[in-house]
Amino acid sequence: MKPILRLSAKAAKYVSLLVAAVVCVGPLTVVLFASLKTKQEYATTGPLDPPADWLNFANFGTAFTNGQMMRGFVNTAIILAVSLTGAIFVGTLAAYALDRFAFKGKKLVYGAFLLASLIPSVLMQVATFHIIYGLGLFNTRGAAIVLFMGTDVIAIYIFLQFMASIPISLDEAAMIDGASRWTIYWRIVLPLLRPAIATAVIIKGIAIYNEFYIPFLYMPSRDLGVISTSLYRFKGPYGAQWEVIAAGTILVILPTLVLFLFLQRHIYRGLVAGAVK
Amino acid sequence: MIADKAPDPKPTKPRRGPTTRRRVVQAITPWAFLALPLGLLILLTYLPAFNLIRYSFTDWDGIDPEQNWVGLANYRRMATDPTLYRVLLVSLFYLVGAVAQIAIALYFATILSFKVFAKNLFKGILFFPYLINGVAVGYVFLYLFRKDGTLDTTLAFFGLQDPPLWLGDPKLINASLAGTSVWRFTGMNFVLFLGAIQSIPGDLYEAAELDGANSWRRFWHIILPGVRRVVTLSFILAISGALAVFEIPYVMTGGGNGSKTFAIQAVEMAFVHRKVGLASAMALVLLGMVLAVTWIQRRFFPDERAELT
Repeated sequence: MKPILRLSAKAAKYVSLLVAAVVCVGPLTVVLFASLKTKQEYATTGPLDPPADWLNFANFGTAFTNGQMMRGFVNTAIILAVSLTGAIFVGTLAAYALDRFAFKGKKLVYGAFLLASLIPSVLMQVATFHIIYGLGLFNTRGAAIVLFMGTDVIAIYIFLQFMASIPISLDEAAMIDGASRWTIYWRIVLPLLRPAIATAVIIKGIAIYNEFYIPFLYMPSRDLGVISTSLYRFKGPYGAQWEVIAAGTILVILPTLVLFLFLQRHIYRGLVAGAVK
Repeated sequence: MIADKAPDPKPTKPRRGPTTRRRVVQAITPWAFLALPLGLLILLTYLPAFNLIRYSFTDWDGIDPEQNWVGLANYRRMATDPTLYRVLLVSLFYLVGAVAQIAIALYFATILSFKVFAKNLFKGILFFPYLINGVAVGYVFLYLFRKDGTLDTTLAFFGLQDPPLWLGDPKLINASLAGTSVWRFTGMNFVLFLGAIQSIPGDLYEAAELDGANSWRRFWHIILPGVRRVVTLSFILAISGALAVFEIPYVMTGGGNGSKTFAIQAVEMAFVHRKVGLASAMALVLLGMVLAVTWIQRRFFPDERAELT
């Protein structure tokens, strides 16, 4: 009896894992199928039927050029580069001040960052909109860049955690040699934070790449479409052309998949660090 | 320094001069480092939050230079107009979804914390949906829920004919959307739980094995206590998440057909109907609820945070 029970438990375990894997991968696979079908083929075959020609990339061409995905990728890349640099700078500055100094009001500052991280960003846009508008950033990439740069609390936590493992004796030795606080930050702490910066860049990079509402609200101009908003705009002109929408969807998912395959460990680590607020 | 000291008659003063200055410099230095981060935090979070409160007492339309003070009218309207507060019920679907999500994540995290064939592959597959762009997830599931789409075809394969309209039936739409949300976010809970389980000291399992504990008892007495904190934290996040659901229903249905959530309604009120005053009041009420939930967690489960690492 017992070995049978054990065997069936084992079977149940693998069956449940396989079901879960199919549920996770299945919906994506059928979209890949659709993206490789011709218009006529799409109309005559079912969603579960694989495409006749696995190398029919015509829909991807349509999505890329007519759907302005190219522009989306360029805009996303620009916003990513600028706002990530800024966010890393801002985050490390804050973490350095909070970890290496004892000062009055430190708890308050810490609490202010913490509280901000609890506020759902979408709701704040009702009021943030008028600030961005007042700054003259509406309908510029600057809007997304400033918002991504300034509201990042998760990065600060990743830096704080990592900074605690950098011995203070390094700072003290540099101070005895006459280094200023700024020199210590710039020459010692920042370079040593590199692994944490890598983690923060990946986690934050994915979040920016995936962000929909901020670019949607602040950058309505078509020329400023990012990945999310360009894909969202497929809804109108390609409403009935699912094979093109599918191609656009796959185009957006592909970079994420590649990144995930190469940087799995960083992503898992960053996620766990970011969840601790 | 010496020139400074010479003409001063009092002996204490010259010593105090430089130390005071150094003390001032020392006091200012951390704030110099904080200037940019705090400036942005105030500009982009606290100033808008303050404005939100201010707007909520006015009838501002977002354009007019004049903002008329209306007192509590916006709040009163929210409490009395059923079309405004009924959307909160939609959150219940997502809350149920979140509970299912936590249960599923806990099950797979437990399984995958033991020896399993192709463990990392399964881990990656279960986690990956969490990383996908929200608009892409929206399209994937619009395609899945279409008439004669992926779901209908799969059900037909198992002999289930006449499927309902997953997104067309107002009774079903929120369940379908909450299901999408479960698909998207389970991986995140799963990885968190797996991390917590793996940080349980291995000798606990060995001791349990020596005592002859079966896997169920091992789960109940070792794993569950080990992940209790992360699970509680996830529940709290799930509640505030369910209250503020926005992206999936907005992208997939635009809030149509009875799928409008409180957050969609607030945002629409501000940017489509141009009732910034009312929208601000709505945002504040929701914000208050989210913060209250978090406060309850901090108050009653104070040890839950920071234990994840």
